[in-house]
Amino acid sequence: MDFPDELKYTEDHEWILMEEEVATIGITDFAQEQLGDVVFVELPEVGDILEAGKSFGVVESVKAVSDVYAPVSGEVVEINEELPDEPEVLNNSPYEDGWMIKLKLSEAIALEGFMDATAYQEFVEKD
Amino acid sequence: MQTTPLNQIHHQLGARMVEFGGWEMPVQYSGVIAEHLAVRNAAGLFDVSHMGEIEVSGSQAFAFLQYATTNDVSSLIDGQVQYTALCYETGGVVDDLTLYRFAEDRYLLCVNAANIDKDFSWLLDVQSRHNFSQLNLVNRSAEFAQLALQGPRAAEILAALTDADLAELKYYHFLEGRVAGMEMIISRTGYTGEDGFELYCASVDGPLLWQKLMTAGEPLGLVPIGLGARDTLRLEKGYALYGHEINAEIIPLEARLAWITKLKKGDFIGRDSMLKAKEAGLTRKLIALSLTASGVPREGYPVICEGHDVGYVTSGTMSPSLKHGIALALVEAEVADSEKILEIGIRKRQVVAQRTTLPFV
Repeated sequence: MDFPDELKYTEDHEWILMEEEVATIGITDFAQEQLGDVVFVELPEVGDILEAGKSFGVVESVKAVSDVYAPVSGEVVEINEELPDEPEVLNNSPYEDGWMIKLKLSEAIALEGFMDATAYQEFVEKD
Repeated sequence: MQTTPLNQIHHQLGARMVEFGGWEMPVQYSGVIAEHLAVRNAAGLFDVSHMGEIEVSGSQAFAFLQYATTNDVSSLIDGQVQYTALCYETGGVVDDLTLYRFAEDRYLLCVNAANIDKDFSWLLDVQSRHNFSQLNLVNRSAEFAQLALQGPRAAEILAALTDADLAELKYYHFLEGRVAGMEMIISRTGYTGEDGFELYCASVDGPLLWQKLMTAGEPLGLVPIGLGARDTLRLEKGYALYGHEINAEIIPLEARLAWITKLKKGDFIGRDSMLKAKEAGLTRKLIALSLTASGVPREGYPVICEGHDVGYVTSGTMSPSLKHGIALALVEAEVADSEKILEIGIRKRQVVAQRTTLPFV
C-alpha cells in the first residue's frame, strides 16, 4: 500500500496536496482498497463552497456507498471531470489520475492538524 | 460467528471476510467485478457451506412436503431438484429453497444459512400441528460442506475429476458420485444463471475438494468467488434473495414466484391466503428496472412516479456485465402495469428507470 510523503492525510482516509493556496483532494490507497471496485463517483461543481467536515461527494463500489468529506473549507476551482466516466481510475491511481477536486482555501490553515505519511500509515495499520 | 470448513483457505487466499447471516464468509478475493466476469466467461468456485441441509424422510415425507411447500412435489422423479418455498398461513415466505428427491420417502432441502434454525423449527411445528407421525426431520447442515462450481467451463473442469456421466446430468437434476475420490451429491444447479454444479460433500472433505477443483480448474480460468459477486451474478438473472425480494411480509405471487406456487395442486400452507389475495387483486408487484443515466440503485431507495413514492428497490447494483445500474423493485401493481415514467430516488437526485424484462443479462 502506498503512502506518498508529500501528502497530508485525514482520519476519513482522504489525502491533501497543498500548493500555495490550492488544496488537491482525493481518497487514499487504503480507502480505495477497502471500497473495492469503484463504479460511481459524484463530485461537486466548480464554484461550490465547501465547509470542512461536510460531505462533498460520493464514491460507490459495487457493494457500498461512501461519502467523501471536505478536509478544509474553500471554493471548488477544479474537478476531475474524467472520474464520473472512469470511476475505476480511483482504484488504479488514487494519488494521481484519481484526484477528485481542487479547493481554493477560504483561510490559511494549519497543516499540522493532519497526519503525515508515517502517522497515517500507523493509523491505518492500527485500524 | 460460525465458520465453514473452508474458513482457513479463505484467510490463506487473502479474502476479505465479512459477517453474513451469522457466518464469517469471504465477500471478495480479487475484486467483485473481476470475479463476476470470470464466472460469466470461464468459471468460479464458491464456498456455500453456510447453506443448510434438512433431510425429510419417512412414509409421510411426500405428503408432508406437498403440504409444507408451494411447488408441486408430485412432478418430481428421483434425482430431480425443485426450486420451491415454505410459506406461513398468511402466504408470507418462511424461506426459499431447493428440494432434492432421493426417493418417494426421502428428500433433502437446501435452505438459506440465516434461516436454518427458523426453517427447522417451522417444519417441526408443521409436523406436530398437522400430525405427520410417519416423518423424520433431521437438520444435517453441519455434516455438509457445499461448493458451487459455476460458469461455462464448469463441466469441463468437473469432468476431469469424476467418472460420473455429466453429459447425461440435466439442469436441476443430481446424482450421487465421486469427485477426486470423495463421495458427494453432484447437483446441476446454481445461483448464477450459468451452467454449473453444486457439490455437497462431507464437511471434512471440503478443503480437499476445493484444492482439487482449483488445481484442475486454474488452467481453464477458474477463480474463487466471494459473496459480493454471488449477489451481482444472481441479480443480473433476477433471482430472488431471501430478506430482499421475499420475506415474511411478501407473498410469492407478488415476487414473480407464481411459477413455484402451484395453487391447483391441492391444499398447502398459505394457499388460502394466496387465493384470497389473488381474487382481491395483487396490490404490489416486483419489477425489473434498468438505469440509462449514471447512478447505482440500492436496496431501500424509493421508486417514484409522478412525484409520489410507489415502492422501493429490493436489490440494486451496478451490473458488471452491462456497466449500468439495475434493480428489482416492489411497486404498486397499478403503476407497475402502466406506462408511466418511473424514477429511483438516489440521494438528492431522481433518476429515470426503464422497466425491463428479466433476466437483465
